[in-house]
Amino acid sequence: MTQPVLSVRNLTVEFPTRHGLLTAVQDISFDIMPGEVLGVVGESGAGKSMTGAAIIGLIDPPGRIAKGEIWLGDRRIDNLPPAEMRKIRGRRIGMIFQDPLTSLNPLYRISRQLIETIRTHLPLSQSEARTRAIKLLDDVGIPDAARRIDDYPHQFSGGMRQRVVIALALCADPEVVIADEPTTALDVSVQAQIIDVMKEICARRGAAIMLVTHDMGVIAETADRVAVMYAGRLAELGPVAAVIKDARHPYSQGLMGAIPKLGENLDRLVHIPGAMPRLNAIPQGCAFNPRCPQVFEKCRTHRPAASEIEPGRRAACWLYPEVTEA
Amino acid sequence: MLAFIIRRLAQSVLVMLFVALIAFVVFRYVGDPIASMVGVETRLADQEIMRDRLGLNDPVVLQFLRFIGNALQGEFGISYRLQQPVTELILSRLPATLELAFASATIALVFGLMLGVFTALKPRGFATGLIMAISLIGVSLPTFLIGIGLIYIFAVELGWFPSFGRGDTVDLGGWRTGLLTESGLRSLVLPAITLSLFQLTLIMRLVRAEMLEVLRTEYIRFARARGLSQRAVHFGHALKNTLVPVLTITGLQLGSVIAFAIVTETVFQWPGVGSLFIVSVQVVDVPVMAAYLMFIALVFVLINLIVDILYYVVDPRLRVDGGGGGK
Repeated sequence: MTQPVLSVRNLTVEFPTRHGLLTAVQDISFDIMPGEVLGVVGESGAGKSMTGAAIIGLIDPPGRIAKGEIWLGDRRIDNLPPAEMRKIRGRRIGMIFQDPLTSLNPLYRISRQLIETIRTHLPLSQSEARTRAIKLLDDVGIPDAARRIDDYPHQFSGGMRQRVVIALALCADPEVVIADEPTTALDVSVQAQIIDVMKEICARRGAAIMLVTHDMGVIAETADRVAVMYAGRLAELGPVAAVIKDARHPYSQGLMGAIPKLGENLDRLVHIPGAMPRLNAIPQGCAFNPRCPQVFEKCRTHRPAASEIEPGRRAACWLYPEVTEA
Repeated sequence: MLAFIIRRLAQSVLVMLFVALIAFVVFRYVGDPIASMVGVETRLADQEIMRDRLGLNDPVVLQFLRFIGNALQGEFGISYRLQQPVTELILSRLPATLELAFASATIALVFGLMLGVFTALKPRGFATGLIMAISLIGVSLPTFLIGIGLIYIFAVELGWFPSFGRGDTVDLGGWRTGLLTESGLRSLVLPAITLSLFQLTLIMRLVRAEMLEVLRTEYIRFARARGLSQRAVHFGHALKNTLVPVLTITGLQLGSVIAFAIVTETVFQWPGVGSLFIVSVQVVDVPVMAAYLMFIALVFVLINLIVDILYYVVDPRLRVDGGGGGK
């Protein structure tokens, strides 16, 4: 079997605050294979973005990785000194942020931002870097790239700006791209285009994608596997089609059930009763137990680990005998 | 770009006209110009003849137009107190004030920027806490108190710098500069520091607040996520964005450095325009007061104009019509 390009082992991210220690991400493990697209879904505050930030080493202080390891290929990267980590960011792991309107420095032409990034990582001359930048813009579908490269960010539309952001994230050919809700801030009509562009350009370069989103539709169309997160923990992980059709964790069952289907006549949208607990009030045992329709005694006292319940599928739920305690 | 400058120029002219109106009203109606010019023995009939000859009986509008016409030629009348043309008087005092103002503005800008950036990049350091605490004193102590304190420590007790005056000056084609002699430079130190202190702390706090704000933005996160070096992120990306709002305040502050040099000039007996103004107020030397008003207004208008144009240069988003090709 091939080696995963990115491997997260028992990652725990904590935030010390005045009101005590908040655990934003707890004991999460997953692998991403070369060229694979891993979707990460969950509600706001489920720890999806925090996981992405932890991988690329950009957790805002006072947050910190309290436990666990992150491996990029055969190199451990969660404990690297800042200067070493900088060489990995942008070069081996790229990141795409949510809002293209605020991701670009408004005072510099995009040519400068692209060339600066390219030359930080690759030994190219100014003009070689410029040629590469124009090629990149062309690849992400910006018409007339050779001319538009000298425009300022405000001269592009939202969708075009997100293409520029993708070009910037990919400028040094990273092996993994973390896309943190790349389409949330965009117009519905351009969301699909951006996802297509991102998927295509990554596929062509063999880059794997960790796609963080709360849009199940995007996951269904794009991802190979999906990880469902709840209250900072991994609830379920498995191939997209299997999880959508036959979710195992009651939370993912609720999530999938909440997707409105075409042709079905609904008086009201299906939802999961209750709300995700705040990070400082996560219940004992399984974090989902107060909202779970199938809750029983063990759920309230013992925390399930995301364990393999059949080949390639993991779930953190006591309904399955294979599940162990965390 | 050109249309923008012309529009700003037109606005500046309007502002100057309005200030001229105020200056004219002060000049014409604060006290009776004739009464200030003549002695007690002058007969009333002679006063009337003078009044007529000076055009003071003409319609107000005509007088105002004449005032503006004269002002455009740099003609503000004769100082009651010194019996010299006001313009000549102000021009002879101007170098002292400008040298002081630019020296302190430079101190304020250089140190304000450096300290502001430093305290923003190390928000939790001990040095930052210390600098912020001291800067509070700088903001809240009145200028004259700082001046007197500095005089006491460095002039009286330590004797390092002179406590008043401008030292020796050199005449450079009508511009009397104190920057070329040792005693002139030494004399400049204390007043320049005094005058700069308030602006320095203000600029520092502003730069710090702006920089902290900018460091939290998405594009700085994205710049970091692309692996750019610490230096490129802080000084290439963050600092330039910080400067946009700082520019306005700094520009306005430069204006007030010149205008409020009055206090510092008085404390240090600095022979500049500010101390000329103070003395003129005491003896109701109205032409000097009116001319000073116009002069300060002109300084503010000019600086504002320059700041607006700089804005335009720094921030491409304002160059709406310069879009498209970008070249």
